Amino acid sequence: MKPDMGVGDLPPANRDAKTVHLASAGGTIGKMSSTVIDAAGLQQLVSTLLDRGYRVVGPTLSDNAIVLAELRSADDLPKGWGVDVGPGHYRLRRRDDDALFGHSAGPQSWKQFLHPPRQRLWSSDGAEPEEVSPYAFIGVRACDLSAIAMLNGVLGTGTHPDEGFVGRLRQIFVVAVNCTEPGGLCFCASMGTGPAVGPGYDLALTERIDGDGRRYVVDVGSDEGAAVLAELPHREADQDEIDSARSDVSEAANRMGRQMPSGDLRELLVESRESPHWEEVASRCLTCGNCTMVCPTCFCTSVEDVTDLTGEHAERWMNWASCYEFDFTFVHEGSVRQSGPSRYRHWLTHKLGTWHDQFGSTGCVGCGRCIAWCPTGIDVTEEMNTLARLADERSREEQIEETDDG
Amino acid sequence: MTPVPYRVRSRVTENRDSATLCLEPVGEPLPTPQPGEFMMLYAFGIGEVAISVSGDPTTTDGTVTHTIRTVGAVSRALHDAQPGTVIGMRGPLGTNWGLADAAGRDLVIVAGGVGLAPLRPVVLGVLADRDRYGRVALIAGARSRDDFLFSEELQGWALGGSIEVHVTVDVPVQGWPGEVGFVTEPLRRLPLRPDRSTAFLCGPEPMMRNAAHELLRKGLAASDIRVSLERNMQCGIGWCGHCQLGPLLLCRDGPVVGYDIASPLLRVKEL
Repeated sequence: MKPDMGVGDLPPANRDAKTVHLASAGGTIGKMSSTVIDAAGLQQLVSTLLDRGYRVVGPTLSDNAIVLAELRSADDLPKGWGVDVGPGHYRLRRRDDDALFGHSAGPQSWKQFLHPPRQRLWSSDGAEPEEVSPYAFIGVRACDLSAIAMLNGVLGTGTHPDEGFVGRLRQIFVVAVNCTEPGGLCFCASMGTGPAVGPGYDLALTERIDGDGRRYVVDVGSDEGAAVLAELPHREADQDEIDSARSDVSEAANRMGRQMPSGDLRELLVESRESPHWEEVASRCLTCGNCTMVCPTCFCTSVEDVTDLTGEHAERWMNWASCYEFDFTFVHEGSVRQSGPSRYRHWLTHKLGTWHDQFGSTGCVGCGRCIAWCPTGIDVTEEMNTLARLADERSREEQIEETDDG
Repeated sequence: MTPVPYRVRSRVTENRDSATLCLEPVGEPLPTPQPGEFMMLYAFGIGEVAISVSGDPTTTDGTVTHTIRTVGAVSRALHDAQPGTVIGMRGPLGTNWGLADAAGRDLVIVAGGVGLAPLRPVVLGVLADRDRYGRVALIAGARSRDDFLFSEELQGWALGGSIEVHVTVDVPVQGWPGEVGFVTEPLRRLPLRPDRSTAFLCGPEPMMRNAAHELLRKGLAASDIRVSLERNMQCGIGWCGHCQLGPLLLCRDGPVVGYDIASPLLRVKEL
C-alpha cells in the first residue's frame, strides 16, 4: 500500500516559494538495486494488478487524444503514439518506435478518480456512498504524482479531511513513469516536481527502447510494489542500464518546452496585484474555466442541495466548480470577482502564490495542460515572465526616481 | 458534511428582514461555539449557509442561537422557520473574536446593521464577566430606528451603564434620541487609550474599513483591530475554495481576521 503522502513528501524545491531548478533529476533511479522488466513483464504487471482486485487505469487512445481509462490489459496502452502540444493545440502523432509512455500530459489527470467531478456527500435516507474498488494508476508522471500530493495537502491533511478522498488515496497502487522526453509545454523542472518521480509511488518505470526492444528499469517505492514486482519476470539491471536511464531523465530537465521566471513567484504575484497586465491577459481570456478543469490540482467544488419531487428525500452533492464562474464568489450583494481580469488574477495568483500561504506548497506542477487546453492559448509561463519583466521595470524606475530625488 | 438536526425552540422577529432562532439539539449536541465562530445552517432540501452565532456564550443548555437576515432562498427559509421546525447544523467553524485575549483591556465594539449579531456574544460575554475588562464602548449603526437588531437589549445595555452605548442611524424619525450619521462619527469622538484597546468590527466592508481607519488614526495597532469578513462559503471546512480572500481561506483563517492581515487585502478591488 501507499506510504503516507503529504506535502512533506514533495521535493524540497516545492515546499518554499522559490523556483528551484531540480538539480537532482534522476534522483530516484539507482538509489537501490534496480530491476528490469521487458514488454512481457509489463503485460504481466497489468494482469497482476487486475488479479489483485485493482481497477487499473492508464493512458489509452480515444477520441484522438491520450485518455485515462480502465485497462483490460497492457494492450490498451497507446503503443507508438506521441503528442504534439502548443498553446491551444493538442494533436496525436505517430512515433517511430513502439513506446507506451512516449507522450506528455493529456486532457485529464488523476484527480478525476481521486476527487471525482460529482460526488454525493449526504442523503437524508442515510444511504452510504458506494464503495469502489481501489485504483491502480499506470503511467503517473512526476508532475502528476506531485499533483496528487498537493491535492492531499488540500483535501486530505487539514482539520477536516475529506474522508472519501483520503480513503481512495490510501488504497491506490501507483506505477509512476520517469520522463525522458518532455513535451513542448512542460515546465516541471521549473516547479521542482520532475522529470524524475519523487516519493509516493509503489513502482517507478523508466522506459528504454533500443535494438533489443522495449524494456523498463523499475524502482521499488513500497513493500507492495516489491511484492508485485516479485510476481513478474524480471532481472537485475546492470550498471550501464541504470546510468543511461538516470542520465536520460536528468537530461530531460534541460529540454523543457517552457520555463517559469526565476525568483520568488509568490512575492512577484503579491507585488503584481494591481498590475495593468491583468487587463491585457483578460482581453484574451474567455473565462471559460478550461484551465481549471484540466489542471491536476484545481480542487474547487460547489455544494448542491437537492430534493426529489416529493420534497421528502434530500441529498447533498459536491461538484467540480471553477473560480472563473461568474457567481463563484456570490454573496448577497453580488459577486466579489465580476471582471475578467480579477478572475484570471485570482486563478493564477492562487495557483502559484497564495497556495503557499494556504497549503504550504505551490499549486502548480508544471504539466502544461492549462496552456494546451486554453482555447486562446494563454501561456502561464509567458504571463509570469511578463509580470516578472514588468516588476523588474517598475523597480528600476523606482531606483531612478530615488536617485533623481537624492 | 452531514448536517446534525436541531429544532427551533423559539423565534424572535427582530425587524422587517431578520429573526433570531434559538436552536436545541434533537440528539447529540455539537461542540459549543465561541463568539465570532459560525455554523453551517441547512434548510431541508433548499440549501446551506454560513451564519455566525449570536447567542449568549455563557449558555450551557446546548442551545445555539443565530440571527438570520433574509437575503436569498436559504436564508429566507431559515428566517421563516417556526418553533418546532428541524434544521440541519454543522460546526462550530472558523476563528473567534479572541475575547479571552482581550482580558484587562478596553474594548471598542463597532457594529453596522446585521453585523451586531456576531458581536452580541461579545457584549454578553463581557457583561457576564464585567470586571475582566476595562472600559467597554459599543457603537451600533443601522439604516433607521426600526432596523436595529436586539432593540430592547440595546436599550437595556445603554441604561445598565456598565458599558457605554452609542447608537446612530442613517435615516432619523421624529423623536429619535440617538445620533444621525455613520458609526465613524461617535467613534471619532470616543476617547480611548490606543495601547490598551482592542476593537471588534462587524458590518458592511466599507463601514469596517472606515471605522478601522478612524481607529488607526487614534493610534490603535492594526493587529488590535479585528474584523469579521464575509465571502461565499459552501463547505465551511476548506474544501470548496469559494471563500478565498487572497492568502486566506475565510472559513478556516476567518471569519475573524486581524486588520493587519485584512487591510492590504481589502484595499485591492475584486481580490
